[in-house]
Amino acid sequence: MSADRGRPARRLLLGPVQIAAVVVLIFALTEALPGDAAVALAGDQPDPERIARIRESMGLDRSVGGRLGAWIERLAHGDLGTSLVSGRPVADLLADGFGPTLVLAGVTVVLLVPLSVGLGVLAARREGGPVDRLISALTAAVHAVPEFALGVLLVTLFALELRWLPPTAVGTDGDLLGRPAVLVLPVVVLLSRPVCTIARLVRAGMIEAMASPYVAHARRQGLSGARVCWTHALPNALAPASQQLARTCDWLLGGVIVVEALFVIPGLGTVLVDAVAARDIPVIQGLALVFGVVTVSVNLVADLVTLRLAPRVEVAA
Amino acid sequence: MSRIHPRIPLGASRAGTSRRAFLTAGGVAALTLAVGCTGGTAEPGARAGTPGEGTPRRGGRLRAAFPGGGANETLDPHLANLFVDVARAKALFDKLADYGADLAPVPRLAAGWEPNATLDTWRVRLRPATFHDGRPVTAEDVLYSFRRIADPARAFRAKAALESIDHAASRVVDPATVEFRLKLPYAEFPNVLAAFGAYIVPAGADSFERPVGSGPFVFGSFKPGSSLLLRRNDGYWDGGPHLDELEFVIAGEESARTNALLGGQVEYAHELNPATARVHEGRGRITVLRLRNSAMQGFVMKTDRPPFDDRRVRQAFCLIADRRELVDGALSGAGEVGNDLFGKGYRYYAASLPQRTQDLARARALLREAGAEGLTVTLDTAPAATGFVEAAGIFKEQAAKAGVTVQVRIGNKDTYWKDILTSGTLASYRSGAMPIESHVSQRLLTGSTTNATHWRDRDFDELYRQIQSTPDEASRTALYERMQRRLHDEGGFLIWGFADWIVATANRVRGVATNAPANTLDWARFDKVWLG
Repeated sequence: MSADRGRPARRLLLGPVQIAAVVVLIFALTEALPGDAAVALAGDQPDPERIARIRESMGLDRSVGGRLGAWIERLAHGDLGTSLVSGRPVADLLADGFGPTLVLAGVTVVLLVPLSVGLGVLAARREGGPVDRLISALTAAVHAVPEFALGVLLVTLFALELRWLPPTAVGTDGDLLGRPAVLVLPVVVLLSRPVCTIARLVRAGMIEAMASPYVAHARRQGLSGARVCWTHALPNALAPASQQLARTCDWLLGGVIVVEALFVIPGLGTVLVDAVAARDIPVIQGLALVFGVVTVSVNLVADLVTLRLAPRVEVAA
Repeated sequence: MSRIHPRIPLGASRAGTSRRAFLTAGGVAALTLAVGCTGGTAEPGARAGTPGEGTPRRGGRLRAAFPGGGANETLDPHLANLFVDVARAKALFDKLADYGADLAPVPRLAAGWEPNATLDTWRVRLRPATFHDGRPVTAEDVLYSFRRIADPARAFRAKAALESIDHAASRVVDPATVEFRLKLPYAEFPNVLAAFGAYIVPAGADSFERPVGSGPFVFGSFKPGSSLLLRRNDGYWDGGPHLDELEFVIAGEESARTNALLGGQVEYAHELNPATARVHEGRGRITVLRLRNSAMQGFVMKTDRPPFDDRRVRQAFCLIADRRELVDGALSGAGEVGNDLFGKGYRYYAASLPQRTQDLARARALLREAGAEGLTVTLDTAPAATGFVEAAGIFKEQAAKAGVTVQVRIGNKDTYWKDILTSGTLASYRSGAMPIESHVSQRLLTGSTTNATHWRDRDFDELYRQIQSTPDEASRTALYERMQRRLHDEGGFLIWGFADWIVATANRVRGVATNAPANTLDWARFDKVWLG
């Protein structure tokens, strides 16, 4: 046990290092993209003199190291800088986009856990039966459909043909919770893949746990089947699933890009796509920081949870 | 014309539209037009709708979905870059002139203009008009606006268009008259008054958080990257709009714009794919409108380097192209064939020149003469505009039939226009609507800033100067024909088509002009639109 006590602490220290690495890496990758904000802004009027002037006005004529240094210095004072393209503070841009994305991701995660655990346990308890086969077939099939295609299909069917739901979030101005109907299709699209993955993991974990000696022992104690299932087998089955759930949170950041574009939701995914196309480095850096902090924190929590649920499982930090 | 859409791999449906709609060379463009020496007038565009559109009805809110981009977070009209920027700017502001359907300048805030005998000084008379805050629009505002655009410390898009003006020597004659001194004689100076982005703002204005213009709509509220709400300006000099309110919403994905329109969430969707248009045309659910001659489509050959420094090779390439196949394949048929000349249907276009068609035997013979048999060429392209990559693939097949190997190289869409300006030999190209004079002055003179064909020819430069020193329109027309004959014969532009610009509206929307290439006065002109 004493050796285990040092692991969470080491794991905690790793977080900030990972975040710093992500931010520097993203800066380097953006620098490696062809062109810069001046070229992107000049677009189809690439008059060299004009590009030079835009570059100057954006401060892009300074060295790479100098610009990264200046950014870090400002960050130390809690300042994320301003967008090269629009001149708006990056913090404002991120704040505007954060709400809708958080709602999308939050609602998705809240529904994801009961849905996938429920399906996984249901399939495991009916192992080999028709219900199990149906769930397994469905999860495999849905997982194979790309989000974009699924989104187009759902919009065509439920919004344009049946007219049950709005096809896009146009007109909500980012206030998604005020118009829950708008959320239905985007959340279904976001849920589609992770539900399948986690349900399958839970099912596999449950089947393994139900066959384990300690569950057999619990049964011999005369505990009811349900009790054995939910309190003895499930926690062990959840360890791999909780790590997958953390990875799902990473994945959600990518999934929202597709969903936001498809449903016209002005969130962080949209901000990111625009910023990359415009080579708007301060905005990209701000996003990298946000995504880095979220991803590292979520994975950290998942690892700590895993340690708690199944201390015998090795955690690969 | 443009770029719209996020360029993330969202699947096949994103077929290469670009997210930001640029208005010029790759996009729709605008600059200046040609007009006679007196105020031009243009036929108002044909307005869509049923023959009995009836009397305009007042009231209601029209929501218009446009593609946008990260840059459209500003309402500064001089920073306009994308279609949505221009659509918003023209709702809030006016220019001195704007382009008619034939790209000849039509007076707007200017009531008229007169040059001196040598065409290097122009007097522009203003019509009575007021800004939204009640101040009259005066000559001071005009000079301020033009000087702001031309500020050497800044990089406004319209700056190049205003290059001909000697700003220091230009002056206010009286509150309603401006005198522009030019650096050289410029018969088509009124094109500058209509130039892309040359909006008139109140003197001293430099912040556009709550923009004040003289346009048909007044600022309501703005949520950057999401929506802009405007209200009717009852006192508009050209008659108040029919709509109570106009809302611009940003939707980068073409499918999202279409879905929002079909689902009744917006009443107007800008820039749809030809495939989408075909699906919905005549189905009665929405109204599809095609704005013809909106976007020139072609390839540029660098005339200063092998193999295209030999005019016979350029001629051969123009004979290799099967234009109909390119229009049908790359534009899904939404357009018409080109004749290697810019500006089909625009003023001064040399329509009398014979239409070039594919002639592989002649092409092979020319290549043989030039010692370029079995030639291999790299064609640069990128998903920077609709149909680019498709057209490159089709042209590759066509060239193979003439024994020419075309290697298609796909570059980065965000930096495409800069990349092809100086590098490579052959590249995909497109241009939005602009006067033929602008196309020539920006792209075909020795000193042009975006001369992608590297066409540098003293005699040609001289011919342009001669046209701009000629007061008589008939003589100018003849000179333009001479100029175009030369370009048609040996220029570096292989112009195979002119794409329609496709917009769609809810069926109850009336008064949308169709005879209005993207970037002209009647395009995206919501003050003349009403809800039936």
